Amino acid sequence: MLKNWRLGLVFLFLSGLILLFIVAPLLGMFLQTSGDQYLETIADAEVRRSIRLTLLASLAGTVLFGIAAIPLSYILARKEFFLKGLVNGLVDLPVVIPHSAAGIALLGIVSRGTLLGKAGEAAGIQFVGGVGGIVLAMSFVSIPFLINAARDGFAGVPSRLEKAALNLGASPWRVFFTISLPLARRSIYTGLVMMWARGLSEFGAVVIIAYHPMVAPVLIWERFASFGLAYARPVAAVFVAVCLAVFVVMRLLSKKQIHARN
Amino acid sequence: MLEIEKISVRFNSFGLQDVSLKVEQGDYLALLGVSGAGKTVILEVLAGLLKPQSGRILLHGNDITSLKIQQRRIGLVYQDLSLFPHLNVEKNIAYPLRNKKFSKKEVQSRIKELAKQTGIPHLLKRYPGTLSGGEAQRVALARTLASDPEILLLDEPLANLDVKLKSGLRGLLQQINRSGKTIIHVTHEYMEVATLANKVAVIENGRLVQTGTPESVFRHPESEFVAHFSGVKNIFPCRIEGNGNNNGLKKATLGKACEILFVGNEEVGSGFVIVSQEDIILSEGPLDTSAVNQLHGFIREVYLSGSAMEVVVSAGVDFVVAVSRKSFEKMNLKPEKPIWLNFKASSVKFIKN
Repeated sequence: MLKNWRLGLVFLFLSGLILLFIVAPLLGMFLQTSGDQYLETIADAEVRRSIRLTLLASLAGTVLFGIAAIPLSYILARKEFFLKGLVNGLVDLPVVIPHSAAGIALLGIVSRGTLLGKAGEAAGIQFVGGVGGIVLAMSFVSIPFLINAARDGFAGVPSRLEKAALNLGASPWRVFFTISLPLARRSIYTGLVMMWARGLSEFGAVVIIAYHPMVAPVLIWERFASFGLAYARPVAAVFVAVCLAVFVVMRLLSKKQIHARN
Repeated sequence: MLEIEKISVRFNSFGLQDVSLKVEQGDYLALLGVSGAGKTVILEVLAGLLKPQSGRILLHGNDITSLKIQQRRIGLVYQDLSLFPHLNVEKNIAYPLRNKKFSKKEVQSRIKELAKQTGIPHLLKRYPGTLSGGEAQRVALARTLASDPEILLLDEPLANLDVKLKSGLRGLLQQINRSGKTIIHVTHEYMEVATLANKVAVIENGRLVQTGTPESVFRHPESEFVAHFSGVKNIFPCRIEGNGNNNGLKKATLGKACEILFVGNEEVGSGFVIVSQEDIILSEGPLDTSAVNQLHGFIREVYLSGSAMEVVVSAGVDFVVAVSRKSFEKMNLKPEKPIWLNFKASSVKFIKN
């Protein structure tokens, strides 16, 4: 009993320490920013523009690459094939490599002389120093979050339900859209939110492909490098507040969906 | 008519081997076997969920072995029912109907009809997670019937249900079968078979070991396995060492010294003898009857079995005898009491090893 009590205390202490480690710097940043600084930052057109660009570019990447990534998640969850382990490893690659290196790698395939760069130019999409490049960089580093979450979601759908649907006369397309996808949607939704959130925070890969137009993380770094901490902190606080607000709304929407199903 | 011809499916350590079976239109066939015998594999092969390595399946003379699952019209109700958890009962039943070109009105009317037939009109708006075992089983049946299958495959449909629910569902299955639907019902309980099926196929280690009517299979089991399965309690290993004293009868030695006579052609060898417990008469002394087997022993134990009593008599080996409550009380049967067992030679069935 005594041992259990001690164990509980140790666990509680360590858990509190970790939570403090996460919350304290953010709280410090919010508290060290005055009301006037907040108002000034919100009124700053450059800040507003960069936050809007960050939110929309990450959203565009999530929608575009997300749709294409869901079939891959399904295949990884359901099918057994040669070198499946390698494919799973490849999916995680963007998470483990330095993001500046990811930016360099991406730049190699989208710069003006390359096939993709030329195709983009012909279609009116500018990758280097353009929104197209920002979307690409954000998606590259964040797509593993969606693929992994969706793969786990599909794996959690009993294959027997899919077989039962086939046995009831449904086509494989109908089985996917009416059974597999709806039953994995909670994980897919979480994956989409995580992908979008990870895209928002990307700095390393984005700054190499497109310094301008400036996304919020690049703007924060630019203000810090040019004017110091006092000028960078309010921008960081406003950006983090916006991200948190959107994240909370997403979580609430996700819960609402789950309640509706039950 | 469904014909299964020499179907084989091989897995790593198990497989179906040359399974052949004929099921007539309107039959109620019970596939009987222990867990892991291959019963569910047969259902999955029939439904098209598993491809056999050899053999073929014919439905009304057409080879359907390679036909797509959704085109077979063979409905399978899994043991876990596999109801779609994100759809309510109504939408579960509507699922196969939406695969066909029915109007909304037709879908609604068919749902109502099926819900009425299976006794679930009050459950239509409920979700599968809120249903009891019996309710879920009825919903699964209604959903499969909605796909209008030619053959209904049921995987242990009465497992995990209490006695009252079993009885209700049994009635529903009989009613579905009487309406002309061919049913193949997988089970490991022979009592289910006795009350529902008109044909039985017993499966052991991936092979069909006996098929026939329930009566023929249970009255005349062709192997020790089938005998055990069909609830026979008096089954004993024996040796045959030549003719008995009586003309035309053979003598089998059970255990160390218990000898019984039976009608048969075997000269020498070993095997099993079966004596149905209903064929044994208990008496307090030797009887002057045509029963040539009269063994003396004592009662080892007595216990209640349904509405009757079962008496275990030790006479070299332990025989189980069924007696009515009335006879039990009249004869004052109790442990340690000396008693005689009487049965005819023709009541003894011999199965060669």
